[in-house]
Parts: sequence; structure tokens; C-alpha cells
Amino acid sequence: MKYLLKNGRVVNPGGESGMLDILVENGVVAGMGEALFAADAEVIDLSGCLVMPGLVDMHCHLREPGYEYKESIYTGTRAAAAGGFTAVACMPNTNPVCDSEAVVRYILDKAAAQGAVKVYPIASITKGLKGEELSEMGFLQRAGAVAFSDDGKPVENPRMMRLGLQYAKNFDALLISHCEDKALAAGGVMNEGIMSTKLGLGGISRVSEELMVAREILLAEALKTRVHIAHVSTRGSAELIRQAKARGVAVTAETCPHYFAATEEMVDGYDANTKVNPPLRTQDDRQAMLEALADGTLDAIATDHAPHHADEKLVEYNLAASGISGFETAFALSYTVLVKGGVLTQDELVRKMSVAPAQILRREGGVLAVGAPADIMAANVTEPYEIDVSHFQSKGKNNPFGGMTVCGRPVLTMVSGKTVWKNGEIVI
Amino acid sequence: MALKRKDLLGLRGVSREEIEEILTTARQMKEFLTKNQKKTPHLQGKSIVTLFYENSTRTRMSFELASKYMSAAAANISASASSVQKGETLIDTGCTLDQMGTDVIIIRHPMGGAPHLLAKNVRASVINAGDGMNEHPTQALLDMFTMQERYGSLEGLKVAIVGDVAHSRVARSNIWGLTTMGATPVLAAPETFIPMDMAELGVQINHDVDSAVKDADVVMGLRMQLERQQAGLFPSVREYSEFFGLDDRRLALAKPGAIIMHPGPMNRGVEMTSALADCDQSRIREQVTNGVAVRMALLFMLTRRNLG
Repeated sequence: MKYLLKNGRVVNPGGESGMLDILVENGVVAGMGEALFAADAEVIDLSGCLVMPGLVDMHCHLREPGYEYKESIYTGTRAAAAGGFTAVACMPNTNPVCDSEAVVRYILDKAAAQGAVKVYPIASITKGLKGEELSEMGFLQRAGAVAFSDDGKPVENPRMMRLGLQYAKNFDALLISHCEDKALAAGGVMNEGIMSTKLGLGGISRVSEELMVAREILLAEALKTRVHIAHVSTRGSAELIRQAKARGVAVTAETCPHYFAATEEMVDGYDANTKVNPPLRTQDDRQAMLEALADGTLDAIATDHAPHHADEKLVEYNLAASGISGFETAFALSYTVLVKGGVLTQDELVRKMSVAPAQILRREGGVLAVGAPADIMAANVTEPYEIDVSHFQSKGKNNPFGGMTVCGRPVLTMVSGKTVWKNGEIVI
Repeated sequence: MALKRKDLLGLRGVSREEIEEILTTARQMKEFLTKNQKKTPHLQGKSIVTLFYENSTRTRMSFELASKYMSAAAANISASASSVQKGETLIDTGCTLDQMGTDVIIIRHPMGGAPHLLAKNVRASVINAGDGMNEHPTQALLDMFTMQERYGSLEGLKVAIVGDVAHSRVARSNIWGLTTMGATPVLAAPETFIPMDMAELGVQINHDVDSAVKDADVVMGLRMQLERQQAGLFPSVREYSEFFGLDDRRLALAKPGAIIMHPGPMNRGVEMTSALADCDQSRIREQVTNGVAVRMALLFMLTRRNLG
């Protein structure tokens, strides 16, 4: 199938940008230029849209195997496609945990057979996420794991984390750290501060995140290796990363849309859809995320897409599962808050959501160029729309942004030259 | 004499007028209680259920008697704390009670916000009888009623609240209510018992009890959960009662005639001496009576609303 993407404005920080048409053939970009013509191609008119390299999410939960009632590779990758993502890296806190070649292969096979977008499995740092013994990083990487993380929880023992970082050097593997001091965070279900005091809910100190960020930076620095910090949410964490980068530590970091689009105030009313770990923070932290995205301290925006069953959220706040179903709101929230808000240029946003995650994971993608895989997304950034969680492709409707008016609806997602999402529908 | 709300989930956001109306109605209810005329038709034909996920004697009995004195059909459900996690969901339990024709559900729950979740999902009125460390609005109302009985008005009163504020729903509800009514809560506790950014709620915080109690009109002790010591929040009962316990010497710093209050149950000799708890200035026993009156008022006012 041959496609001609016409009349869109290409935002492509790694290559040519501007009012360009894109010819897609045999799964790759076959041509880019002004007023292209191809008699035998299906023309997709993208007038008024931005056309970008497909978004790459370096942090999500597809829940399969084991928690298919929350999400599956089938539904999760469709949700990703609906959000403009062409590749997603899924965390290993499945059941069984992705700590064996068998599970890595299961995910890859399932994704190949049923997935709508590319799936990159992340394997666990420690066997069973127990923090006791290292996973077989060599075998796991060979099987297709793109990085290692115990996400969902920290590697609590600093010696274990040190060994993981050290061992990973042999395979030039990336470790992604969920930064949380569990002892300090114990009993907390939201950010500790004026809102937790007002609402009478247990607070999670910002220090529980920042202590771990500091630990990972110091370990990576001492071991002269790299580390990636997941879901940064506080001003203090951003500052630690900023300082580390300034002295040359190979640390990279991501934040998520909810940390720059929402604050702890949203917890008022006890809607468990606002429960997420790390928790929604303060206005000052939100501001710090914007600053850190703008100055490059934060390299990437990841979704931390964490779908849950409705029953897991329709309970007492303390008992509710943590996480936000984020694939289908990530781009629009980011575009609205960051680009419309004057924090990032369109180019910079594409860097954070496509170029940088691909680079950090050392995967293809992040660029539109002749010969490159045709992983493309287009978004309508002119017509505002209201977020309606009931229309999600994801099984998880747990997202606190329903009803919010945003700008940046993904209208086309193409993976390896195949159209998977078009005008509000999955088309595979 | 009807509240323009379906539920009473906390005193946060409850207006001065509403609080005044509740307290005024409670005064009438107290007359029924003290005139030994403990059967009124106020709640005839109403069904009231207490749904308690935590142990309680006083609060539950107070609600139950308030209901019965006013001729309601009253029933109790005791759910153990473990059933919160394993049993039927709170929403399902609430809907079941709805279907049985319950007009008011009185809930106590170990987790903050549980009454809010329930209220959103049931037709019945919901009264929060204590949710985690969040609120215990009827306790604060009876406390304010007790203060009003002594002083006539709450405006300008200095109310010293001494003890574990962080885990205290009584303290939170009092802080919301008292600040709304123009009184000034002054807190004193070990810093490990003061929640983050508490001062932003318009309260004063003292590190020493003496300055908190000085010139106070009301001195309120909070129950100290002794298991907080194992959790590391304070080193010993001995040290706590020495530095934070209420006794005669400290009471002497308060305004002459200041009243002493405690939500109960008390750890005698820990948060206050027995001599203090039982002295003439103590209103601790009166608080219990006032609790029934306030709950009668509230049940009446919420069910009146249901009549339309």
C-alpha cells in the first residue's frame, strides 16, 4: 500500500520540517517534498494538521500477561495508537514478572500478532521485582528487552541497585529507576502538604522521591555509567538532575503529563482517579516541571500509562489502585500545557515525546527521513475538544482529565507504513 | 430548621449560618433530653442505620439513642476493619441499605474520604461519624455546643488543642468549625504530631503547651494512641505527659474559669491528670450529653430535608 500524506505541516526536529508532503511505500518513507504526486497512492489530506515522527512512550503498563482485565497488549496498543504513539516500552510488573526470556518472547509474539504499535518490553532489574537477585540481563536483552526496571517499586537496597548498574555495563543496558523511599512514603496516598492536611489523607513526602533520585545519581556517577529516572514529579528531583547533568553525570529523566498538567488540588473530592504514584504534587512542583522541560533537565515525556479496572478505583482512596490511563490524553495535554502555554516549541515537544525516548532506548524512530520506517503521527492542533474518557480505546478509563478542553487530537497514526488510527477510529 | 444539604461529611465548607442553626436546634433537643421526655415523634417513620467499620461505643450509642429518642427505626451494622478490604465494597453496602429504605446512613470508617464516596453513590443522607484522620464533624459540633453553653458565643475564643493533631479527626473538624465561627484554635503537640503546613489553616501552633494554654478559654486534650510510640512518633509516655500532658499547673495559665474538654475515651494520666479531668471546670461528662442533643438535631434537620 502506498500513501501520500498531503498538506500537513511537518514538525521533525531530526530532519526536514515545513509544509511537506510525505510519500510512504513499503513501510518506509519513500519521499518528502513540496507538492509531491504519486498517481497510485492513497492520498491522506492532513490540511491544518501537524505531522510528526510517531510518538515513542518509554514508560507504560500494558498489563499482559496476568492482568488482562485491566488492559491487554491488544487494547493497550490500540490505546497507544489512538494517542499517536507508534512504539511503547512496557514495564515488567506483570504476572509473571517480565524477568525471563519466556515472558519477553510472549510479549513480543503477542505484540506481533495482535499489537497495533511496536512494543518494547522492559525487563526487571531483579528477579520477581523482589530486589534480591539480579535478573539475567544478558539473556533478557538478547531476547528483546530494551531496558531494565523494577518500576512500580524501587530497588530498595542500595547495594542491589549498585550491582544492577554495574552488571548492566557489560551489556550496555539501561536501568530505569522508580525513585521512592518506601519507608519514608509509608502510609501515604497523596502528596504530603497542605492538601493532605486538609483532606486528612496520609501524605507522601517529596523527600522519599528525592532521596532515591540522589542515590541513583551518585551511584551512576561513581560507577561511570548511565541511569534513567522515571516519572520525576518534584522541584527537588529536577534540581538534583539539573546539577548532575551540569557535572557530566549520564543521567536522563522523564516526567509525565499529569505532573505538569495537574496538581494535588485535584485530589479534593477524593476521586481515586487522581491517585497515582508518585502523587500529584503542588503548583510549585508543576512549575518546576515546566522549567525542567524547557531547560532540558527533563529529556522525555512518558505516559506511565497505568490502566486499572473501574472496580479498583471505585473504592476508598486508600484502597484504590495507583495510576492513570494516560496514552489517549498525553499528546493533547502536553500540546495544550506546553506548546500553547509557551513552554516548549512544537519542535521541542516532538523531541520530548519522540526523538529523545527513541534515543534513550536506542531504538529506531524519532525522525522522518527517506528510508526511515514510516512511523508517523498527525494531530489536529487547531480545534479544541473535550476529553471524554468513555471513548478511550484503553480498557482503563481511569483518567482524571475527563471534561477538560484541550488541543492536539491525534488524527492519524501510521506504524511501519500501515495506517492504524485514522479520524478517531482504529483501522486495522 | 432544615439543612440545605443531603449529607454532613465534614465541617470543611460548612457555613457559619448552618453551624449556628444546628447548634440552635441542638439546644431545643437538649431540653427534651433533660426534661426526661425522651420520646419525640421527630423521626417517626424514618430509618437510620449506623455503619461502623471501626470499634466505637460512645459515638455509636449516641447516634443510636438519638435516633430512638426521636422514634426512628434504628439498626446497626458492625463491619470489622478487615472486611473493608475483603468484603463487599462500600458502594455495594450503601446501595443495599438504600434498597432497604434507609433514610440516613451514619458511617465510621478507618479511611479518609470513605463517607464522601458513599454519599456520592447512595440516595440516603450520609453522616460522617469519623473517617480515618480526616473529620468527625458531630464531635466538633458537640464541642462547639459545649463551648457555646459556657460562653454564649464562639467569636474570639482561644481554644487550646493539645495532643496528637496529625491523626485526629476531632482536631481537624474542630479547626474547620472553630475558624468558621471566629474562634482561634491554638495547637500544641510534639512536632511529629503536627501535620504538614497546618498553620495555613488559620491556626496557631506552639511547641510548648504552656504558651498554648496561656489565656485560653477552652483547653481540649486529644486522645493519645499509645501505639504511636511503637510507630516511633514519641519516645515514651513518661516524656509525653511531662512535656505535653495537661495538669493543674498548666490549667492555671488559662483564663480563670476556662473549661476543660476531651473527646474521649481518655487515657487518664497521659494526656491529662485525673484531677483535671474530674475538676469543676471539666465539661467532659457534659460533652457526652451534648453529643446526643447535637446528633438529634442533625438527624432531624437532615431528614426534614428529605421530606422536601
